[in-house]
Amino acid sequence: MPDASDNTLGNKLNRFLTNLGAGVTSRIWRLGFACRFFLEIFLQSGTALRRFNLTIREIYFTGVLSLIIILVSGLFVGMVLGLQGYDTLQRYGSSDALGVLVSLSLVRELGPVVAALLFASRAGSAITAEIGLMKATEQLSAMEMMAVNPIARVVAPRFWAGVISMPLLAALFSAMGIFGGYLIGVQLIGVDEGSFWSQMQASVDFREDIINGVIKSFVFGLIISWIAVFEGYDAEPTAEGVSGATTRTVVTSSLAILAADFILTALMFRGL
Amino acid sequence: MASASPTVDEPLVKLSDVNFAYGSRPILTGINMTIPRGKVVAIMGSSGCGKTTTLRLIGGQLRPISGEVQVNGQMVHALDSTGLYDLRRRMGMLFQFGALFTDMSVYDNVAFQMREHTDLPEPLIHDLVMMKLHSVGLRGAHDLMPSELSGGMARRVALARAVALDPMLIMYDEPFAGLDPISLSIIGELIRRLNDALGASSIIVTHDVQESLKIVDYVYFVSAGKIVAEGTAEEIKASKTPYVHQFIWGEADGPVPFQYPARSYGEEMMERISGRA
Amino acid sequence: MNRTTIDLWVGIFVAIGLGSLLFLALKVGNLASSNVGETYHLVAKFDNIGGLKVRGAIKSAGVVVGRVTEIHLDPQEYVAVVGMQIDSRYKFSRDTFATINTSGLLGEQYIGLDVGGDSETLKGGDTIKKTQSAVVLEKLISQFMFNKAADDSGTSSSSSSSSNIKK
Repeated sequence: MPDASDNTLGNKLNRFLTNLGAGVTSRIWRLGFACRFFLEIFLQSGTALRRFNLTIREIYFTGVLSLIIILVSGLFVGMVLGLQGYDTLQRYGSSDALGVLVSLSLVRELGPVVAALLFASRAGSAITAEIGLMKATEQLSAMEMMAVNPIARVVAPRFWAGVISMPLLAALFSAMGIFGGYLIGVQLIGVDEGSFWSQMQASVDFREDIINGVIKSFVFGLIISWIAVFEGYDAEPTAEGVSGATTRTVVTSSLAILAADFILTALMFRGL
Repeated sequence: MASASPTVDEPLVKLSDVNFAYGSRPILTGINMTIPRGKVVAIMGSSGCGKTTTLRLIGGQLRPISGEVQVNGQMVHALDSTGLYDLRRRMGMLFQFGALFTDMSVYDNVAFQMREHTDLPEPLIHDLVMMKLHSVGLRGAHDLMPSELSGGMARRVALARAVALDPMLIMYDEPFAGLDPISLSIIGELIRRLNDALGASSIIVTHDVQESLKIVDYVYFVSAGKIVAEGTAEEIKASKTPYVHQFIWGEADGPVPFQYPARSYGEEMMERISGRA
Repeated sequence: MNRTTIDLWVGIFVAIGLGSLLFLALKVGNLASSNVGETYHLVAKFDNIGGLKVRGAIKSAGVVVGRVTEIHLDPQEYVAVVGMQIDSRYKFSRDTFATINTSGLLGEQYIGLDVGGDSETLKGGDTIKKTQSAVVLEKLISQFMFNKAADDSGTSSSSSSSSNIKK
């Protein structure tokens, strides 16, 4: 029975350290399991590719249904870039460079990163919730007992759908953003249309900027899809478990995206 | 794949001295069970005593710590993944509450195994699915989604799905849980009828005494991970074992106590009174 | 949602996704105008490269003909050595002049090539002999002030500076 002596400073510190240690070890254990899971997805991906219908269906649910949020957000981000960019540039008489500012910001950073964050919240959480719910209602168990590997049938298609959708959504975001910047800068404020596009074309390099942006969004897609399917598959089969897993997906994905963005940017844009 | 062709006399499922534990918590100890061919067997006991674990061991989802689990002459836990999947194709399982795939219609749920494991053309699959649904009385509901079904209907669809490939062994995890009286007797009848029609063996894990004793051939009684009693339905009903007796006749107090362990209430009251004085 | 409707939407999604990638590549980036052909390597030495960076443009008559590929300091002569890749379509004479110019008033710096009259052309690996360094603003100002001080003090010092300012 707990009594007063259990709350001495020594015992409290002891408990704190024990919990901390347990927390760290359980996280590391979970990370190891997640890596094995990642490998398993690749091994079982044959079905997802041979029966591409499954993957197409998932591309619809992750990619197509995210279109609205991506397009609208891209437009607004581009418009804000146009406004803020013009405000700063015109102080140095360089408002002609607005196209450069908007396009480079979007293609290099904002496109991949913001689109990935939005994708994680909308599609990532949906994937986690779906898989978690299937686990809680024993559907995954039932599939296993019917001699169908649930990783091949349920997890892998969703994973690849996320990986395929992410670069496309990032490109759409950037394109919409540039259009938004154009709307505000050229149409509304009156920056010269010719120099808007020509300076942009001169400064945005295909290999350095655009390809790197695509690589970034591809990596983000891998990260988000991996975290989303793993959290769903590993969720506790209860209501609290699934909701906790969904939150974890959004939080962990967002942090991982930002960290990966830093690493990739440091690697890619070092020479500049 | 199969070690030696089992004879008709050999039981379909045989558990010998099976022990299982989750970490340090023992779940099953020294379990010995045989499921003869063509018979319906019930595993009864109160919740959390290891009944579902037994089904999982037979289905190969769990490995025993020691002992043997044999299905159709094969050692389940010694099979590789191909062998295991081959075995599972000949087993059907009905999960508690059905576990239907919620993103597919009733038709697609029943057709699932046929599409995954066979190369049958769609028209043939259509006929088979309709036959299975008809046998559970839900042929007209083939277009509905699982969310549109009542509990009893969902259970019946899951039953049709479990027998889609005419399995040799059908396992039921609490098939009677949460059903209205009509659905209860329907499910009970269907379990018996399908078992006899397919020439299969069935294992029912349940704590519904009334319905299961009507249809089963043999009963195993599990308490705290051990088999405390076994026998035919009549033998169990007449059993003098206290635990079995309490369970069958639904007595409030007996080996399973009414009061959760606590100090004597009289003592506690005396303390409070003297404390106040 | 039956299968064919889903297929349609996924097809549309992938199409506009790839379309926007194409838009970014062609309209936003410089894919259309970047040289994807053969190039050859040239070297030029400058006293001062100013703000020239790797990937800076090499222009002749205002047209981009190549890119700066590397910049380092010669440890013996203490001059800047600039390596560049020039589009193979364009050949320059052996007495070509390489200068470092600024695009606009505050823009980036690039190398401008003025062709001379020599009949022989530079080949891969050659060094451009005639170069002019970048204009360093501080030197310009101090030059101006020096001249002003000289004028004020009466002596007509016609010191045309060592750095010709070519616009």
